[in-house]
Amino acid sequence: MEQLLQHLVNGLVLGGTYALLGIGLTLIFGLMNVVNFAHGEFYTLGAYAAFAALALGGVDFVVAVLAAIGAGALLGALCERVLLRPLRAESIDTTMLVMIGVWIAMQNGELLVWGGVAKSIPHPFPTAPLVLGPVSIAPLRVFVLVLAAGLIAASYLLIHRTKLGRAMRATFQDRDTAALMGVRISRIHTATFAFGSALAAAAGALLGPVFLAYPSMGDLAALKAFCVVILGGLGNLPGATLGGLLLGIAEELGAGYVSSGYRDAVGFVIIILVLLLRPSGLFAREERIG
Amino acid sequence: MIRLARGLGALLALTLPFWLANPYFLHVVIMAGIFGVLALSLNLLLGYTGQLSLGHAAFFGIGAYTSALLTLRLEWSFWLALPGAVALTALAGWLIGRLALKLRGAYFVLVTISFAGVISLVSVNWMELTNGPLGLPGVPAPELGPWSLRAKSAYYYLVLAGVALSYLVCARLVGSRIGRAFLALRENEPLAESVGVDVTHYLVLAAVVSAGLAGLAGGLYAHYTRFVSPEVFLFTYTVTMVVMVVAGGKGTLAGPLVGALLFTALPEALRLATSWQWQMLAYGVLLVLLVFFLPRGIVPALAAWRARRAS
Amino acid sequence: MAGSASVVTLAVRDLAVQFGGVAALGGVSFEVSPGTITSVIGPNGAGKTTAFNAITGYLRPARGEITWDGAPLTGLRPSAIARRGVVRTFQKTSVFPSLSVADNVTIGLHLRATAGFLDVVLGRRRIRDEERRLAADAEAIIAFVGLAHRRREIASALPYGEQRLVELAVALAAHPRLLLLDEPGAGMTSGEKDVVSELIRKIRGRGITVLLVEHDMRMVMGISDIVIVLNHGRVIAEGAPADIRTHPDVIRAYLGTTGDRA
Repeated sequence: MEQLLQHLVNGLVLGGTYALLGIGLTLIFGLMNVVNFAHGEFYTLGAYAAFAALALGGVDFVVAVLAAIGAGALLGALCERVLLRPLRAESIDTTMLVMIGVWIAMQNGELLVWGGVAKSIPHPFPTAPLVLGPVSIAPLRVFVLVLAAGLIAASYLLIHRTKLGRAMRATFQDRDTAALMGVRISRIHTATFAFGSALAAAAGALLGPVFLAYPSMGDLAALKAFCVVILGGLGNLPGATLGGLLLGIAEELGAGYVSSGYRDAVGFVIIILVLLLRPSGLFAREERIG
Repeated sequence: MIRLARGLGALLALTLPFWLANPYFLHVVIMAGIFGVLALSLNLLLGYTGQLSLGHAAFFGIGAYTSALLTLRLEWSFWLALPGAVALTALAGWLIGRLALKLRGAYFVLVTISFAGVISLVSVNWMELTNGPLGLPGVPAPELGPWSLRAKSAYYYLVLAGVALSYLVCARLVGSRIGRAFLALRENEPLAESVGVDVTHYLVLAAVVSAGLAGLAGGLYAHYTRFVSPEVFLFTYTVTMVVMVVAGGKGTLAGPLVGALLFTALPEALRLATSWQWQMLAYGVLLVLLVFFLPRGIVPALAAWRARRAS
Repeated sequence: MAGSASVVTLAVRDLAVQFGGVAALGGVSFEVSPGTITSVIGPNGAGKTTAFNAITGYLRPARGEITWDGAPLTGLRPSAIARRGVVRTFQKTSVFPSLSVADNVTIGLHLRATAGFLDVVLGRRRIRDEERRLAADAEAIIAFVGLAHRRREIASALPYGEQRLVELAVALAAHPRLLLLDEPGAGMTSGEKDVVSELIRKIRGRGITVLLVEHDMRMVMGISDIVIVLNHGRVIAEGAPADIRTHPDVIRAYLGTTGDRA
């Protein structure tokens, strides 16, 4: 029982960042119809940006996370403007191939810049765990969970309370009608991709210090993000949030009670099962955004 | 003109070890052949049925492990183990085909990736069977009567036969009612159904044949390098196959082979100049450039160029 | 005309289709007599295409029964329905876009070939003979719809009207006994419509029963033996074109006084 509680808490910490990854991807997938296989590379980018800011720049941890978010948004916007905008009329397969190319190029670019050895990202929190009854948790993880929750809340506000969010929702529902109503679709696409990439980078900056930063860390992150999207349904923000938490907890339970070697198989198995049994997502009532 | 080129190509291929005795070059050609089989296999799905499998390294790896384990543990002859490997991977392809029946596009891609992910983790964790990350050393080289095919020049002919067989299977399928059904699935699925093409049946068939061919490549690889480890499941292999097919020309018969030759030789040439990371970086950039500037691939571009010159 | 001994009929009984709780078809019943050209007409949203989709297996009806030749079609996949001789075309142009006209039609001949996996891979001689026969059949069908001069061209590169003819050729290649045409005249010039009307008559002449959804009243009244009128998912009238033209309910439906939808 105590062990179960511990697994649940650890799962929540992981799940919060998975939700960030998933929200970013589900927006890009749902709104732009782009299968962004490079999503995980923005997660890696975030981790390295945080590393650079903390280890080399010596800044505050929150500032480092903000720097990562900025880097993700900037590169995401660039990627959309240069590569995806000219291909908007092309099929989903074409953009998918391009994003696979970006994935490989970014990953190996990171390998060239940072080298293949995993880097541990310094953080200012004490390593002694907080003990709350049967559960113990590192202060860093508490911080990660709080910040992830804050960013998820900020995403909700952006989608539901801002003009940009309203335009994004309109575009998701019906691109042509939105365009007729004066929504600048190109801008929405750039904003969506930048926003999604920034969230992925934030996830990387948050989880990087918990684990390690290494160039291929994005591969699994991307697959987990896809798993979250599939769990939650396309363009479904609450679905992605719930899906992220569920995946985090499922992984912790799988690693704890089945075998730690198969921790990363949990996501794969979930993808396969959900696609087979409920292709529209576990929480999908209908396709939507918000 | 085409016939002459083909005859010349066949003659060159058949006599290659006699004028290219350098073992390093032979090695490159053998790897190109193994990748040629893989590219043909992926092309059957991507080029003809229009479904992108990003789990093809799994079939390659299953083929390699099966053939290696059958010869190592059960001491089967290579000549039985290789068909065994093909059969088991074909079965895996059937399973994936059945699972992904109703899934298309991105969802098909995700199921194939996940399948490869699970298989790769199994290969690392199922120590008793696969020896885990340490891999399986000492995979025997095939023997033909009293001769061992250990020498590169001999193994070259084995791979050449594998390529020829794969090409023949693909060519015959493509030119038949079955290949037309594959195309119909790619082009317009509802219309295909309306004239009686049982689309899911043909998708499963394509997956089975494609997986079987990838398994053949895996077996050929295992007995050539004589060592199998979880590295055979590396995503890099899948990416290489995709690049080869897209660059060569998906949905053409010669495209995958041209792509395989080019993208085995090119990295080897680059290897002298740059590190592996730069090569992979170049791969990624190249894939992007290809989509922008040569979306249909080399072979169709050449065909279009010839047609323009002829008219 | 309908007096043949074998009564091969399409019978639709109490067919109902729901989209997210909204009834698109609310219990429709009708029959199609063999050897006729039967048209289904009705205002937009009356459920014509929905009925087609349900008959040919593209939609699962909420209730009701569809029988063809005495055997039920309900629950079968489209390809299985095609195998029983019921073939349809689509409202929006639907060809195999990047293939030639000849390849389009040869795909349509799928059911007339028998080659299995082993035959093909082993390169059996029988297969070569079969391929020759298929090529000849395709030629004949292409000539029948009047596209012989286009047979090597890529389908999507043809003008709209000719693409619709390709579509018709593909459907004919599947050897239908009942052919369902979804707005074959849509978007065509009146000259092209006359060509299509003539083709449909010739198709009936080959013993193929034709069920047709069409908006162009001139075309419908000109070629139909029987006209069925749908409105709001129900059959409101059925009969010979002359009777339908003067049917009060039909006039009311088209003037829009009974419904809130146009």
